[in-house]
Amino acid sequence: MASIVLKRLATAIPSLIGVIFVSFLLTRVLPGDTASYFAGPAATPQAIAEVRKQLGLDKSLPEQFARYVADLAHGDLGNSLTTGRPVVAEIANRLPASGELTLLGLLIALTIAVPLGILAAIREGLWIDHVCRVIVTTGVSLPVFFTGLLLVYVFYFQLGWSPAPLGRLDVFYSAPPQVTGFYVVDSLIARDFETFRAAFAQLILPAATLAIFSLAPLARITRGSMLAVMGSDFVRTARASGLTPKTVILTYAFRNAMLPVVTTLGMVFSFLLGANVLVEKVFAWPGIGSYAVEALLASDYAPVQGFVLAMAVLYVALNLMIDLLYGVIDPRVRLEA
Amino acid sequence: MNRRTFIMSTGAAAVSAVAAPAVWSPARAQSRQETLLIVSESGPNNLDIHGVGTNVPGYECSWNCYDRLISHEMKSVDGVPYYDRDKYKPELAEDMSIGDMSVTFRLRKDAVFQDGTPVTAKDVKWSLDRAVTVGGFPRFQMKAGSLEKPEQFVVVDERTVRVDFIRKDRLTIPDLAVVVPCVLNSELVKKNVAPNDPWGLEYVKQNTVGSGAYRVAKWTPGTEVVFERNDKWTAGPLPKVRRVIWRMVPSAGNRRALLERGDADISYDLPNKDFSELKSNGKLSIVSVPYSNGVQYIGMNVTKPPFDNLKVRQAVAYAIPYQKIMDAVLYGLANPMFGKGEGAPTEVKWPQASPYLTDMSKAKQLMAEAGYSNGFEVPISFDLGFAVVNEPLCVLVQESLAELGIRTTINKIPGSNWRTELNKKEMPLFTNVFSGWLDYPEYFFFWCYHGQNSVFNTMSYQNPKMDALIDGARAAAANGDTAAYEKDVKGFVDLAVSDIPRIPLFQPYVNVAMQKNVSGYEYWFHRRLDYRALVKG
Repeated sequence: MASIVLKRLATAIPSLIGVIFVSFLLTRVLPGDTASYFAGPAATPQAIAEVRKQLGLDKSLPEQFARYVADLAHGDLGNSLTTGRPVVAEIANRLPASGELTLLGLLIALTIAVPLGILAAIREGLWIDHVCRVIVTTGVSLPVFFTGLLLVYVFYFQLGWSPAPLGRLDVFYSAPPQVTGFYVVDSLIARDFETFRAAFAQLILPAATLAIFSLAPLARITRGSMLAVMGSDFVRTARASGLTPKTVILTYAFRNAMLPVVTTLGMVFSFLLGANVLVEKVFAWPGIGSYAVEALLASDYAPVQGFVLAMAVLYVALNLMIDLLYGVIDPRVRLEA
Repeated sequence: MNRRTFIMSTGAAAVSAVAAPAVWSPARAQSRQETLLIVSESGPNNLDIHGVGTNVPGYECSWNCYDRLISHEMKSVDGVPYYDRDKYKPELAEDMSIGDMSVTFRLRKDAVFQDGTPVTAKDVKWSLDRAVTVGGFPRFQMKAGSLEKPEQFVVVDERTVRVDFIRKDRLTIPDLAVVVPCVLNSELVKKNVAPNDPWGLEYVKQNTVGSGAYRVAKWTPGTEVVFERNDKWTAGPLPKVRRVIWRMVPSAGNRRALLERGDADISYDLPNKDFSELKSNGKLSIVSVPYSNGVQYIGMNVTKPPFDNLKVRQAVAYAIPYQKIMDAVLYGLANPMFGKGEGAPTEVKWPQASPYLTDMSKAKQLMAEAGYSNGFEVPISFDLGFAVVNEPLCVLVQESLAELGIRTTINKIPGSNWRTELNKKEMPLFTNVFSGWLDYPEYFFFWCYHGQNSVFNTMSYQNPKMDALIDGARAAAANGDTAAYEKDVKGFVDLAVSDIPRIPLFQPYVNVAMQKNVSGYEYWFHRRLDYRALVKG
């Protein structure tokens, strides 16, 4: 097992080096001039040149790259100009915010999509199949910012059931002492149930927005892979042997249908983590996606590079986990590896 | 306030909060009463106005957390308190005496920094030295008032500072009352400097080290800023609001929802459409006041054809759908800067309306005279950072210019690139807005029309006659020669109209929406909120 993990990690190193190099180059060829953006509204060309010097942007590209790599080796991703903070601290702060939201969204999506997909597969062509299709098509066709705004309009503005969409916590609560960075977990650890309730209430609408969007891939993959498995020989044999439908579907069919679902889950998770910028914008969520986009708009290099790097590391870790999970679900996969 | 008086004075509020099926515990309901919640699109990137690349929201932190030697009195414009350009009031200084070639300030006896150490003349000198030395924006703002060298700031004694003039300039005193020349706790900063950072930029970026009425208690970039009142503040009456929480809410729709539901107290960057709707439904109090010394305009690059031709520029000026822009883009929330009326005299002020009005037949005739009766093709550019106004505005202009045969493509430029593009001075046709901190016509013209060709002379307009008038007005103002000053100001306004390198459209409004129980809003030249005057009743 350990050797498999090590081997997998070794293959990731070249891609990480590539990511460092490409992200550095990409941020340099972006249009826009950091120095003139930050020189302020009344800047003369001299003022801009001065700012450029202060930022070290007057040096040649290889020189800038060497400095970047040297800092990176010390675990320093540089400072963000827009927020004025070290990028490492910012990412450490914002990643749990995105993680908490994405995980809950995915959990909601899973608990709805998987049963829905299974039902749609075993009742193929019947009403539940059509309902499933309508739900997932609607979910994936509505843009997330629209779903988000609609939910805010109905549940906050009209009904008043949901708290104000002001980020992770209502302004009058303070964050629980940091252990995991997930407010709902940390507040439970601190036994502060009022904060737990407040943090959880803030999570519901954005998580639901994400869930609605990610229902479609999960439900459709579950349905498709269940259909394939249900038609296979071993399921027919199991049925012929007189096993109960429950055992046939859940123990035999579903376990075998899980592999593509897990793969999709991994993809949806990593996609949502970085790409739910619009949800973060609608709910003022201090997540990692909006951080990167704001930095990009301001031609603020360090956070963009840091974000790309963090995401690359996350992808590598996630893929490793999924590979290991395959082995648990289906021992044949492990042998092949 | 000790615990007992706290409980007594707030008993009623606490009881009612408990009686309600409270989601909030009483303590939280109480803090809601004493806290002001502001929501806006973006927040500060630096708490130090002298920092590298401090953004506009950062001005608000500096303004409320630091004191300057002097500040401005308030007057009333349309019933809204509006800073009075001509009347100064003491802030850290208790007395200001202006001599021929210097000005002397005596500091308040009781002024202390937030850590309790007294404010001395040394701190003032160190802070002004810092402003003219660190470079970038602060140095250039100081320079606008002829404040250029550390030698100009002299410590006379413990409580007296003298500022020497290097030349006579009417803008020197007003430039000492803007956001930049704030006073920092020099001893505290010196304890936190690094060898390569002698002015403590890293430390002051994160910490407010002034004597001002508020201090930043917590700052999470991109998310929130929490201000606590400084109860030791002596430069004015103690502010009523104990805590200010400023949250960044990027979605304009949600900012409006938060206001309408009563969860947020103030917001000030909603689209004009929302403001005009909020104004008519009457649930909130809305303040709309014009930007001081600010104009949105259509600019034309006069160094290249076709806009090097005066007749083409005039044709465009007659083809702008002015009134449509006022109605459909701004919902009436702006001052028109067009259609002054036949024969109305030029005034000694800025901004003022141009005589141009939409007149398509005149425009077509001018195009024909210029030899462009078949029109031409040209891109029209705008800053996406202000797309709410700029985009519909450019679409209307595009539609109207099409009638002259001018075929335009709209070129949207992201906010981060806008300044780069302006600096290149290559865009042929564009819309932009400029407003000056110092509210003097010659200040505006110096930046926007002078042949020194600053970044805001976006048209690259260079005309020796114009330069002579602007320089003349600056000199006349410095020497107090009113007649010459008036003649020169009228002269450059008239020349800007007849040569028309840029077409004034309107003077924008600052729009602020507040709950009915919030009062005390004051307009400042920097257009940010002053928490010191705000009251939550």
